[in-house]
Amino acid sequence: MEEILELLESNGKLTEEQMAVMLGKTVDEVRESIKKYEEDNTIAGYTAMINWEKTGKESVTALIELKVTPQRGEGFDKVAERIYRYPQVKACYLMSGGFDLTVIVEGKTMKEVALFVAEKLAPLEYVLSTATHFVLKKYKDKGTIFEEKTKDDREAIIL
Amino acid sequence: MKMSDMITPTIKNIPPSGIRKFFDLVNEMKDAISLSIGEPDFVTPWSVREAGIYSLEKGHTHYSPNSGFIELRTEISKYYKRKFSVEYNPKNQIIVTVGGSEGIDIALRSLVGPGDEVIIPEPSFVAYKPCTILTGATPVIINLRVEDQFRLTPEILEKAITPKTKVLILPYPNNPTGAIMTREDLDKIVEVLKDKDIVVLSDEIYSELTYEGKHVSIASYPEMKDKTLIINGFSKSYAMTGWRLGYACGHPDLIGAMYKIHQFAIMSSPTTSQYAAIEALRNGDSDIQMMTREYNRRRRVMVDGFRKVGLECFEPLGAFYVFPCIKSTGLSSEEFCERLLSEEKVAIVPGTAFGDSGNGFIRACYAYSVDNIVEALKRVERFVAKIKK
Repeated sequence: MEEILELLESNGKLTEEQMAVMLGKTVDEVRESIKKYEEDNTIAGYTAMINWEKTGKESVTALIELKVTPQRGEGFDKVAERIYRYPQVKACYLMSGGFDLTVIVEGKTMKEVALFVAEKLAPLEYVLSTATHFVLKKYKDKGTIFEEKTKDDREAIIL
Repeated sequence: MKMSDMITPTIKNIPPSGIRKFFDLVNEMKDAISLSIGEPDFVTPWSVREAGIYSLEKGHTHYSPNSGFIELRTEISKYYKRKFSVEYNPKNQIIVTVGGSEGIDIALRSLVGPGDEVIIPEPSFVAYKPCTILTGATPVIINLRVEDQFRLTPEILEKAITPKTKVLILPYPNNPTGAIMTREDLDKIVEVLKDKDIVVLSDEIYSELTYEGKHVSIASYPEMKDKTLIINGFSKSYAMTGWRLGYACGHPDLIGAMYKIHQFAIMSSPTTSQYAAIEALRNGDSDIQMMTREYNRRRRVMVDGFRKVGLECFEPLGAFYVFPCIKSTGLSSEEFCERLLSEEKVAIVPGTAFGDSGNGFIRACYAYSVDNIVEALKRVERFVAKIKK
């Protein structure tokens, strides 16, 4: 029933009844699957894709590259946990290549983000260095392109 | 000089489409919800568009060879072998055309003329009959029945065959019914045709849009290979309607004949479209899968919706149309669609657009967003409830 996950990921507003019809399953089957996915944390939550740039809300996103020292016996996981638990951290990835962790931080202003990096991330004892990149504009996020939806302007023709 | 007197009787005798006015009305009514257009609502996949753009940037703006670029014909050859287990030599058994519709036209012009008969099962694509008439040949219409799931049966076929029959059009998966022909169905049709001198024009433009099982091409039967001409294209499967690109595969003699008409009437197919199509065939499988999966979901929403409205609706297993029966409303197809448009602002095509046997049916296309489909179905429900009161 992974199709349920695809449907929910593309449109979280779909009802169980709609999904049942779309997948050719019964409503009970769909409901049961969703419950199972929620319980085992496959469905980790429900959110909406918001284009905040269209609202009056001020927010700043930064991508921070971190070089860290892995901890004995715990690898990078313990360091990552210390970092991802901050509510300002929206995403945290372990990377291959020239640095170790990518941390996506959101704040109201650039100053707020800069302070967070300077006061919280950089001083952590396992953090060797940080490089902060501010996001200027989001074109696409989580597979969603942030542009005006095009209208269906197909004309009726005989075919 | 009166210009209308100058027009040939053949053209004059082709009846104007009875639903032309209906479509004009749909286009004028900007706030109508339309389920009437038979084309994908997806935009051509980005990698395919990008390949077209790149070809322009590189300056590929000249004619292509008359039959189409050999790279494209080679990809078509590989595609048919990979998908439908039929092998064609790209050098002399494939021709690239301006849409599948050009393929139908030049195939019929190559094969038939006055005195010949072309068997056309209906309801089906609107162009088969006029294209036949334009050659001077006689269209012999077979009325398919909903009881047979709109499939061609050997009994109906045999009744239609005469000594003058030269071509059978086999339009599956079907527009407008969504019917398909399974291998078992085709086995019986092949039995009828294998010893006869009849060319099968197999229109497989919707072959990728098959929802249960896989499309079976009649050309995959060894005894039918040389007698079949496949018509296919990029419009439906790769959402490339505006690129106007199709192709035909068949016996070298027939492709050669079609080539003659094509080279003088059309010259060659658009170069940019061909570069885009090469990319589509090489790397487009996942796009087709994504679109087909999405159509399948919408198909279920549409069939379920019409049934809940109280209209009989056989299960379409191909293309992207449903063909519900509206006889229970007591209205003709035209009346139903005209009133639905004016009273509820929903555009659905009368079944009669696809032949007289489409009377009592309507064609709704599900190449629309689910939100659009759900809203349209709500309006249809309101309309039908009012009619049946």
